[in-house]
Amino acid sequence: MIDRIGQIRAEAEAAIGAAVTTASLEELRVRYLGRKAELPNLLRGVADLDPQERGAVGRAANETRQALEGLITSRGAELELGELRERLAADRVDVTLPATPPQPVGRLHLLTATRREIEDVFCGLGFTVVEGPEVEFVRYNFDALNHDPAHPARARSDTFYVDAPAHPDGGEVLLRTHTSPMQIRAMELQPPPISIIVPGRVYRRDSDATHTPQFHQIEGLAVAEDVTLADLKGTLLAFAKAIFGDEREIRLRPHFFPFTEPSVEADVSCFMCADAAPDADRCPLCKGTGWLEILGSGMVDPNVLGAVREHGYDPEKHQGFAFGLGVERIAMLKHGVPDLRLFYDNDLRFLRQFG
Amino acid sequence: MKLPLSWLHDYVQPDIDARELASRLAMTGTEVDRITHHGVPATDNFVVGKVLAAEQHPDADRLRVCTVDIGDTEPRTIVCGAPNVAAGQTVAVACPGAVMPDGTKLAKAKLRGVVSLGMILAENEIGLGPGQKGIMVLDDAIPAGTPLADVLPISDEVLELEITPNRPDCLGVYGVAREVHAATGAPLAPPPWKHDVGADTTGSPPGIEVIVEAPDLCPRFTARVFEDVTVGESPAWLKGRLMAAGQRPINNVVDITNYAMLLTGHPLHAFDLDRIAGARLVVRAAVAGEAMTTLDGQERALDEGMCLIADADGPTSLAGVMGGTRSEVEAGTTRVLLEVATWHGPTIHRTSTRLGVRSEASARFEKGLPPEGCMEAQAVATQLMLELTGARLLPGTLDIKTANGAPMVIRLRDARVTGLLGTDIPRARSAEILRALGFTTTDAADGLDVEVPSWRRGEVTREADLIEEVARIDGVDRLPATLPVNRTGLPGRLAHAQQLRRRAEDTLAGLGLHEIVGWSFAAPDLPDRLLAPAGDVLRDLVVLENPMSAEQSVMRSTIVGSLLDTAAFNRDRGHPDLALFESGAVYRRGTAALPDEHHALGALLTGTVRPATWAEPEPPQADVFAAKGIAEAVLGALRVPFTVRAVERCFLHPGRSGELLSGDVVLGLFGELHPEAAANWGFDEPVAVLLLDLGKAISAAPEVHAYTDLTTFPGMRQDLAVIVDESVPAEQVAMVVRRAGGALVAHAEVFDVYRGEQVGAGRTSLALHLEFRAADRTLTDEDVAPVRERIVAALRDELGGELRG
Ligand SMILES: [Zn+2]
Repeated sequence: MIDRIGQIRAEAEAAIGAAVTTASLEELRVRYLGRKAELPNLLRGVADLDPQERGAVGRAANETRQALEGLITSRGAELELGELRERLAADRVDVTLPATPPQPVGRLHLLTATRREIEDVFCGLGFTVVEGPEVEFVRYNFDALNHDPAHPARARSDTFYVDAPAHPDGGEVLLRTHTSPMQIRAMELQPPPISIIVPGRVYRRDSDATHTPQFHQIEGLAVAEDVTLADLKGTLLAFAKAIFGDEREIRLRPHFFPFTEPSVEADVSCFMCADAAPDADRCPLCKGTGWLEILGSGMVDPNVLGAVREHGYDPEKHQGFAFGLGVERIAMLKHGVPDLRLFYDNDLRFLRQFG
Repeated sequence: MKLPLSWLHDYVQPDIDARELASRLAMTGTEVDRITHHGVPATDNFVVGKVLAAEQHPDADRLRVCTVDIGDTEPRTIVCGAPNVAAGQTVAVACPGAVMPDGTKLAKAKLRGVVSLGMILAENEIGLGPGQKGIMVLDDAIPAGTPLADVLPISDEVLELEITPNRPDCLGVYGVAREVHAATGAPLAPPPWKHDVGADTTGSPPGIEVIVEAPDLCPRFTARVFEDVTVGESPAWLKGRLMAAGQRPINNVVDITNYAMLLTGHPLHAFDLDRIAGARLVVRAAVAGEAMTTLDGQERALDEGMCLIADADGPTSLAGVMGGTRSEVEAGTTRVLLEVATWHGPTIHRTSTRLGVRSEASARFEKGLPPEGCMEAQAVATQLMLELTGARLLPGTLDIKTANGAPMVIRLRDARVTGLLGTDIPRARSAEILRALGFTTTDAADGLDVEVPSWRRGEVTREADLIEEVARIDGVDRLPATLPVNRTGLPGRLAHAQQLRRRAEDTLAGLGLHEIVGWSFAAPDLPDRLLAPAGDVLRDLVVLENPMSAEQSVMRSTIVGSLLDTAAFNRDRGHPDLALFESGAVYRRGTAALPDEHHALGALLTGTVRPATWAEPEPPQADVFAAKGIAEAVLGALRVPFTVRAVERCFLHPGRSGELLSGDVVLGLFGELHPEAAANWGFDEPVAVLLLDLGKAISAAPEVHAYTDLTTFPGMRQDLAVIVDESVPAEQVAMVVRRAGGALVAHAEVFDVYRGEQVGAGRTSLALHLEFRAADRTLTDEDVAPVRERIVAALRDELGGELRG
């Protein structure tokens, strides 16, 4: 019996040493140590042996089983390592081949990106964002905004009118020429104090390198009992710094708009030639003036507040500022876009550059 | 308005150059578009000369060889081509070195063998007139060698001012002078109308009768009569000034009216009194059907509401807009009626718009000029008529007026100035500024009582207007920059819907789509190109009354048009694989007073869904499922629960399109474009689109998402395969499963589709992932088994489904 055990051990040790794959090693494990193998059977039969034989045979069989198990484990580890090496070698690729790109991201249009940038600045300054209809009544677009009946902007040469019956209160229907009608609509809905901006699309009958018949504006309106022209300047200064850089300055220049009094145009200091002395030949952006016109603004005209008197606005008690800026103009200045029409061509080679 | 600086200097002489003046004006509210130069750039080498001799050039018929004394020791030879040159004339000479208005520098020249040391000048060569009459002949009293600039305005700087519509007073030189005075502090000369030579006569001039039948259209009508007028050329200084101001000289009488208008800002009109039929003028509203020929030779059909001046033969002047040819002053005119009136602004505006005539006069009158201006213009013109035309003023001034402008006094409160501007301006400073602008001020308890001068009465009517005057002259550039206190009690933020719109747009961009911004305008055949049947909502167009072109004459009724336009544009530039989206309004006429506008989110995919690589040389083409994938991603990002069903829509492929629903509300459409519609944009490959009504989608999104406990009692996953008729939509199978399973079915989705022999012809096998879950316990097989049985039964009973495997 003992001899047989020694025989099995010698045979198994030789076979394990000769195994070349983990699969053949597994076969050997089944053959020598599996349920139906001889050695485990011997061990199971030890109880039937003579008492004096029982101890020696049991010990020898057990020892042999442990030795073989150890051998299989260590041989297995060796083989696995070798097989892993082979697999890795087989998996080798030419890493200098072109990559598989992830799905490339798309871009927001520069006008959307710019609009959002501006919205976020004013949200930070305490303004909320409201929007209104693009097809509008004459009443909101001109009348309530203190536009003289003879104001040239009302002319059919300047403004798109819609083929629709005039409304008894609203008057004729047109494509809004500015985002300002929302000043009135917003004040009708919300009593003072109010601080809003109104982004949106507007329309004028004009088409050349500096005009497209549709473009985008952002209107601002802040009315309370104590909002001043100096507050307008501070607000525009904060805006200019956020959009064009912390070193920017704001300059106000008197102007005329029907719906503000006093009215001012705002210039931002040129960021192209900020460090150099203004020079007409050197700076293509500001033409050497050192300033870039960015928007029209002013203190809300008492007549505009009077138009919403029944909604809680009293021109004697309430005051505030309004401004309207062109999104295209800001984007063109900031990104050096030379022609307004590029925004509406939507050429992919343009779209990919921004957003 | 073109303002020659030399003219301005007659009334105010600030000690600064043109550039500085321009920037000072810009900072006080008068923008200077540019500074130009009229005449010659420099006055050097322009002198007065005497023609001593003028002889025929030996080798050129049209040239004369002149001997000209220009004050040098020796006279010089100048070759001249003008037919009117003659010995004995006093002339204007440009010597070599002189720079002409176009920038060329004159040099010694040899003309057909004769050396010429200069040029005898015609008026048009140095901007002093329209020319063509040969060389200028000057007054013989001027000595030879006198610098030409001493006797003629040959060089002037001109400010091109942008006068805002609220400042008609600045459409006159003196008005701008007043503004310059206030802006710079330089002293202002008395107005040119201060002394009126006609003021001492009383009554109306004889020989003319004027009836104002429409006083509401004509608040004031004044007229003076001049006899013994000699119509002729204006003197060089007058022509030069008009030319510099952009007006063409015509004859002395007309030039005087233009000069007086440019100086005072108030237009005038001269009639040939002998050509006024019946020596009687009637100011009245036009009657429909009337017509007249205006000075520009155009026959004008008048309509009711226009204002005209008629004589016995009918309309003879289009009041405030343009005179008529019938009573025009011409070469032989000897008796002139000089009319200065004020007209109802809106009527003038309406007339000039209706007729398409915009004159210097109408541009001023449409703003509503003060009646006081009439006599100012009369005074200036009268003086010049007497001086320049040899005329005699008949005594009296005809003056018909309804009312003088009432004086207006406005209280300017110190506290209001400070309160509106946010900075302190002392009362004395306010008073100083207002007085410089021609206002009168008197101290009041809390500020100033300010009387508005006639020329500002039209637009300075309120305290705020006065504050603007003070602020702009004091300098708005000097204001402090402060931030307003937010008194709304609310933080600044985007509304929920605005945040979700951004999320939807960002999702599309993140998926590789590029955003476009298309035109709101569309061509009226857009519905045709999209195969819309009669009565389709795409045909409910918002139509423009005055489009700029037929291609842009309606507003888009769907966002798919601009996406297709852009896709075709880029395809034609070598980009066949496109993924685009647009977020913007679409417009439908609807039935309300204002059209229906909704915010649409549209996406378009065509070509391959991702770029080809060496590993994947042929990526899949965009199709209905690619569009559906985009839809799921966007609605998923918004957390909008939705269902899908097949749909037939005119512009979509009838078998490859679906609609997205939240309950019964249609949120949008997806699918492949109908091949015929795609072909209308030149596409023969599939074009997949997604169209969402973003407003509706956002309304279906939860504002706040409440927590659901999915971890304490985990769900149990099972799969189920069912064979149904191939006409049964997968979505319907999933719906039956969810409904039959009831509350315990947390999730049911189709993950595999099989058609083939094993399931039989006309049948489809659908495999579903099911997840069962209860909120209060972990489910066991015993819990789930009866639910599964109910599901299987429902599939069998409702859809004829049989379990597979
Ligand atoms: Zn610059």
